[in-house]
Amino acid sequence: MRLLGHELKTELLLYARSRELAFFTFLLPIILFVLLGSVYGNDTVKDDPGVKQSKYLEAGMIGYGAISIAFAGLAIVLVIRRESGVLKRLRATPLPAWAYIAAVLTSYVIAFAVEVACLILLGRFLFDVGVPDQLGSLALALLLGVVAFCGLGIGLTALIKSAEGASAVVNAIYLPMAFIAGSFFSPHSFPAFLRAIADVLPLTYFIRLVRGIMLHGQSIWDLPGDVAVITAWGLVGVLVAVKAFRWEPKEG
Amino acid sequence: MSAIGVRDLRKSYGALEAVRGISFEVQRGEVFGLLGPNGAGKTTTVEILEGYRKRDGGQVEVLGTDPAAAGSEWREHIGVVLQSSAMYETLTVAESLKVFAGYYRQPRPLNEVVELVGLQDKRDTRVRLLSGGQRRRLDLGLALVGDPELIFLDEPTTGFDPGARRRAWETIRSLRSLGKTILLTTHYLDEAEQLADRVAVLRQGEIVAAGAPADLTGSAQETEIRYRENGREVVLHTDEPTRALHELTAKALAEGRELEGLVVRRPTLEEVYLSLTGEAEVGG
Repeated sequence: MRLLGHELKTELLLYARSRELAFFTFLLPIILFVLLGSVYGNDTVKDDPGVKQSKYLEAGMIGYGAISIAFAGLAIVLVIRRESGVLKRLRATPLPAWAYIAAVLTSYVIAFAVEVACLILLGRFLFDVGVPDQLGSLALALLLGVVAFCGLGIGLTALIKSAEGASAVVNAIYLPMAFIAGSFFSPHSFPAFLRAIADVLPLTYFIRLVRGIMLHGQSIWDLPGDVAVITAWGLVGVLVAVKAFRWEPKEG
Repeated sequence: MSAIGVRDLRKSYGALEAVRGISFEVQRGEVFGLLGPNGAGKTTTVEILEGYRKRDGGQVEVLGTDPAAAGSEWREHIGVVLQSSAMYETLTVAESLKVFAGYYRQPRPLNEVVELVGLQDKRDTRVRLLSGGQRRRLDLGLALVGDPELIFLDEPTTGFDPGARRRAWETIRSLRSLGKTILLTTHYLDEAEQLADRVAVLRQGEIVAAGAPADLTGSAQETEIRYRENGREVVLHTDEPTRALHELTAKALAEGRELEGLVVRRPTLEEVYLSLTGEAEVGG
């Protein structure tokens, strides 16, 4: 437990120190929210009458924040640490593997929680979006989502060979996923083939879950289908991670 | 009890036999050198002792424990410097040491470690701004911060300039005077000579010689006799230099000619090492 606390402090310090993480995974969703919200925040959503675009966008950006922090950021950081030999080095210390993984996950959950708080506060003061009332359900849904995306992020590291390839592979997956799953715009206006892709992406279900709770006052228990798909994707990530996660760089 | 005991250790990667049944012991408080060219099996051996790799055969004990089955408790007592430096680039020297100190129950005081590795001026410098030699010293500091009994140093000075190497040697000597046991791998003979109490020379996964560095030259090495005859260089190797020389000079005297450029010499430690590791032929 002492080690877990120490490593969590270390991870938070490392997160705060990393300019790349701070900008690309943490600040970018906030900046996009402000930009897109200013452009079309006051329109109403076509297929969801009575809902302001800014409100719709806020839920989408929470989804985008989840994959950019938990999935993209975590995968890139872990690959870089693995290939540079930091993970290997840590294995020689008394820090147990479970404590390390738990501390890393917790630090990314904390970063995401701060991100969500920023988005909700910005929405409240810039675009007059109310603070959602189903806060308990929202918290549960967000925790489920962020843990599932962490699982997928850790699983993804097994498929990335080199540190140089990390951002390329991760960006090639998560940016299109954010777009297709409807982080920035409503996916209803997308052509059929994009919607077909959207139907298998975990982010689609996560954003739908978050929108159900934030926009329509539903509880997480009203949306078991979305919860099931997100959980299943998270398990896929964890399984790949358990099978193929490496502590050591490819060669050397 | 010895710090490290290795008996008939074997390890293959596919068809390549990296380590072919080696045995050695390292006593507590001793500096032991694994000496050999690249690819001789040094790193494989050390990484098995550190618990990174599984062996295919043989017995291994490190501080009384099988490293393949060792846990956190055992890691409290070992320090590891890997062949390549790895650390968090965004932290300062002091922060890095503090992070690692937190992993151990009884860490060595930070200031002591900083001083031991000679990074007093760089305490608050970010790791990414350190030179190669400074990074390597921080590497050593990270391995020492848990105050380990046994330290593994895998090629600690490869790529250093001569000044940096001398400083690293000083640091390693000071560890020895603290009573630490050190297992060191190197492909530099002079490094083993300078630092190690005993060495084992590895060649293609086998130990081809072992003992104190100075003893390696004593072991039945041939004397070399060189001279020129009709403008051609003649080289003789012999275990009986007195007899060989006597016959040679008697013949030359009888024929009334001079043995031009006559040289009689014992091989240097360097040459012994090169012939043991099979690099002499390659190096010319």
